[in-house]
Amino acid sequence: MSTSSTTKRGVMGAPAAPPPTSTVTLNINGVDTRLQLAPWTSLLDALREYADLTGTKKGCDHGQCGACTVLVNGKRVNSCLTLAVMQEGNEITTIEGLGTQEKLHPLQQAFIDHDAFQCGYCTPGQICSAVGLINEGKAHTEDEIRELMSGNLCRCGAYVGILNAVKEVVDSRSNEVKR
Amino acid sequence: MSQYTNYIGKPTNRVDGPAKVTGAAKYAAEFNVPNLAYGVVVSSPIAKGKIIKVYSKPVLKIPGVLAVFSHENVPNLAWFDRNYKDDVAPGGSPFRPLHDNEVKFSQQPIALVVADTFEVARYAASILEIEYEEEDHETDIELKRTEGFMPGRGKSGWMPPPPPRGKPDKEWKKAAHRIEHEYIHGAQHHNPMEMFATTTEYHPDGSITAYDKTQGVYNAQQYISKIFGLSKKQARVVTEYMGGGFGSGLRPQYQLFMSVMAALELKRSVRVTLTRQQMFSFGHRPYTLQYVKLGTNPDGTLAALQHHALHETSRFEEYTENVVNWSGMLYQCDNVKLGYQLAELDVYTPLDMRAPGAATGSIALEIAMDEMAFEAGLDPVDFRIRNYAETDQNMKKPFSSKRLRDCYHQGAAKFGWEKRNPRPRSMRDGNMLVGWGMAGGVWDATQKKSAAKATLTADGRLEVSSATSDIGTGTYTIMTQIAAQYLGLPIEAVTFKLGDTDLPEAPLEGGSWTAASVGTAVKNVCEEMGKKLLKQAQKMKGSPLKKAKFDDVEFVNGQIRLRLDPDQAVVIRDVLQASGKEKLEAETSATPNMLKQMQHSMHSHNAVFAEVKVDEDLGTVHVTRVVNAVAAGRILNLKTARSQVLGSIVWGISMALMEETIMDHKFGRYMNHNYAEYHIPVNADVRDLQVLFVEEEDEVVNPLGVKGIGEIGLLGVAAAIANAVFHATGKRVRTLPVMIDKLL
Repeated sequence: MSTSSTTKRGVMGAPAAPPPTSTVTLNINGVDTRLQLAPWTSLLDALREYADLTGTKKGCDHGQCGACTVLVNGKRVNSCLTLAVMQEGNEITTIEGLGTQEKLHPLQQAFIDHDAFQCGYCTPGQICSAVGLINEGKAHTEDEIRELMSGNLCRCGAYVGILNAVKEVVDSRSNEVKR
Repeated sequence: MSQYTNYIGKPTNRVDGPAKVTGAAKYAAEFNVPNLAYGVVVSSPIAKGKIIKVYSKPVLKIPGVLAVFSHENVPNLAWFDRNYKDDVAPGGSPFRPLHDNEVKFSQQPIALVVADTFEVARYAASILEIEYEEEDHETDIELKRTEGFMPGRGKSGWMPPPPPRGKPDKEWKKAAHRIEHEYIHGAQHHNPMEMFATTTEYHPDGSITAYDKTQGVYNAQQYISKIFGLSKKQARVVTEYMGGGFGSGLRPQYQLFMSVMAALELKRSVRVTLTRQQMFSFGHRPYTLQYVKLGTNPDGTLAALQHHALHETSRFEEYTENVVNWSGMLYQCDNVKLGYQLAELDVYTPLDMRAPGAATGSIALEIAMDEMAFEAGLDPVDFRIRNYAETDQNMKKPFSSKRLRDCYHQGAAKFGWEKRNPRPRSMRDGNMLVGWGMAGGVWDATQKKSAAKATLTADGRLEVSSATSDIGTGTYTIMTQIAAQYLGLPIEAVTFKLGDTDLPEAPLEGGSWTAASVGTAVKNVCEEMGKKLLKQAQKMKGSPLKKAKFDDVEFVNGQIRLRLDPDQAVVIRDVLQASGKEKLEAETSATPNMLKQMQHSMHSHNAVFAEVKVDEDLGTVHVTRVVNAVAAGRILNLKTARSQVLGSIVWGISMALMEETIMDHKFGRYMNHNYAEYHIPVNADVRDLQVLFVEEEDEVVNPLGVKGIGEIGLLGVAAAIANAVFHATGKRVRTLPVMIDKLL
C-alpha cells in the first residue's frame, strides 16, 4: 500500500526582521575588543567569525562536545552556550591567550610531549578545560582528572595522553596526583 | 659519532603540535577571507518523496539574505553521472545536491540559504518553508533479509568473496564441535570533531580556492572541476589541517558543492559549515547482519568455516566493503564458504569508516572463534595458534611477512593471560565480575602511486611537499622524519607541506596506505635531491667525494660523506653555497613494485586482550585494561603510531559498548543525531590501555617496509571486549553494542 501526504516545514507568513547590531566590547585575552554584534551571536561565533580568533573550535554548537571551551573569569565555559553580549565586563581567555608557539603554556607543552591529540580539533578546548580544572583545585587523583575532563570529547581517542599531560602539570603545581 | 639525523622509528613529537595546541592551525571553516558570505543548508524532514515547492520569497526579503538555492533555481550543471563520480564512488548514480525534486533520504540537503552573516543565514534557513509530498519509505534491513543481492559493480578496492573451497557444508555437519550464530551491529557515523565545512574564496578572475575538509584534495578538485566546468587552475583545493576524518572525508561532501556553487553564482566568497545533526546525513558504517558457522575437528583444528554478511546500501549506489573475505585467510581452513550481499534502503549511501568491512567482519568472526573455542574446550589463544595460517588460502600466496604468532605470545604475556580461569563468572573483584577476552584481526598493506617535490635552499632548509593529508594520523611528522633522515638534515631544517592541489599529486588518505605510498615518494625525491647534491659537491674545489658514486656516500648529520671513510665529508649547506645556486629542486613519484608484490599477500595483523569489570547488579560494563599487540611492518614514529593504536582501542570500546545510530523507521530518520545521544567514550571511560608493536622486516610491501597503522589497531578490539563480557557474565551478546539491557 502506498500512502502519500504533503508536509510543510518552516514558518508561514512574513518573517520577523533580524535584530539590529550594536557595539559590544569584550575583554579577550586582556585586550578590549569592540565588535559589531547582534544580540543573538554566541560568544563562540563572536570569537571565530568577528574577532578572527579561530583557535576556539565549534564541534556541535549545542554544548555537547566541549570543543568551544574558553575561560570566563578563570572558569571554563562552553562558549557556544553563552551569548557574546552577556560577557561584557568579563575576562575571556581563549587558547590564543594562553601561550604562543614560541612561548607555550606548560599545558600546551605537556599536550605535545604526551601526544595528547591527533587531529588537534578538540585540543584548544581540552587545554582550556584543563586550565579551568586546575583553577578549580579539584583534580587530586587520576580518576578525578578523567571524570572532570569528561565534558571534552575527543573522537581520535587521545584520552590516555590527555590524562598524562594534565596529570604532569597538576603534579608540578601541587601535591602528586594519586593513582 | 652518533647519527643524530636518524629519525625513522624514533618517538618524535608532532611537528604540527605547536600550531595545534595554540589554535594557530587553520581548519576549513577558519579561513576568514574578506567579504565572506555564509551558507546554511536546509535538510529534508522526510525520507522519501517529492519537493512540491520551496517558498523562498519571504526569506529573501529578510535584510542580509542574499540567495536561496534549491533545485528550482540551481544553475545548469554537468549532466552525466561520471561528472559527479569521485575516486571512491561506488557503482551507481552519485547523489547530486539540489538536482531535482526527488527526496531519496532523510536529511537530504534541499536548499542553501546564503546571507551576509552566519546568524542571519541560520535564522532564514530555520524558517524557510518547503512543501513535500511524502511517499512510503523502507529503512529497516531486518525486513529485507530475503532481498539481498550480490553487488555487480562495487567500488575501487572491493573484492567479491573468493569462491568456496573444499566441502564447507559436509565438513561442518561432520565436525566434532559446531557453532552457528547471527551477529548484528547497527549503523555508525564517523563523527569527526570538526564538522564538515568549506570556505570558498572567490577570486576576481572567476577562479576559486576551496578550503575544504577532505581526505583528498585532488579528489575534491576533480569533483568540482567536472561539475562546474572549471579548469584545474581555476579550482584550487586546500586542506592544511583536518579535524578528524575516519573515512568521512574520502568522498567530497555536499558542503563543498554548496559552497562552490554559491560562490560562483554570487561571485563572492562563501562558507558553508554543516551542523552536527547534518554530520549524520552523508554516509555511515552500514547496519550489517552476519551469520557464521564454525566446526572443529577433535584436534582443535577448524573443520569448516562459513561467513555470510548482508548490509544496507542506498537506492542509488551499491556501496561495498570487504566484510567476509578476511575470514578466508585469517585462519587455516580447507573448507570455507563466504557470502556477501547488499539490500537497498531509502538511506544515504554508506561510506568507508575506519577499517571498513574488516571492523565489521572481525566482530562476527572473532566472537564466533571465541564461542567455538569455548564449545571445543580450548583456550582462545591456543585455538587460534592451532589454526594459524602460514599462507593466504584466499590468494594461494605466501605472506610478505607475518608475525601474528608473536602478537599472540607477546600480547598474552604482557596481559598476564596465563592467569585466566577459563570458566565464565569465575573471576571477581568485589561486586564486579571480571572478564578476560581476546580477539585479533588483519588489514591490507597497500602502496599507491604518489608524487613528491623537494626544494633545498642556500640556507640549508629543505621543503618537501605532496598533496596528501594529515587527518590526525601524523603525516606531517613522519614525512618530515623520512626527509630529514634520507638527506641527513636536522629535523628542524625540514618542512613538509601537504593538502594543496598546487602540490604534486597523492592518493586519498585512507586504507592505511599513506605512510607506505607518500613515504616512499618522499624517500625517492630525497634520493633524487641527494644525487643532485652529490653532483654539486663533486664540483667543489678539492672535493673528497670526486670519484664517489651515489651508493658510496651517505647523508648524515648535515653532511655527505663516504660510507667507508666517514671523515671524507662535505657539509650540505656548503655544497649549495659553493654551487652559487639559490636552490636545488627535485620532483619524482613512487609506484609499487608490482612484480614483487603480486607474488605475495601483504597484511598487517594484531591480537587484542581486554579486561572488563561488570557490575553484577547493575550490568554496567567498564573496560579496565586492554593490550593491543600489532604487527604492521616497520614503525616510523613510535609516538604517533602508538597514539593511532590507542585511538583505535577507544574506537573498539565504543563499538563494543556505546556506538550506534538508531533509526526511527516511522520517519526513516536517525533519532540520536547529536553528540549527546550518539554515545562515544569520554575520558572517564578509558583506563589502562597498552600498545605493543611487533616489528616486521618486509622488503616486499615497499622500500620503507611500512604497512600502515590507521586501521589495524581497531580490529579485534570490539570482539575482545564482547568476549570478555561473556567470560565475566556467562552471557553471550551477539548484537553490538553491549548495553545494560542485554546483560540484565
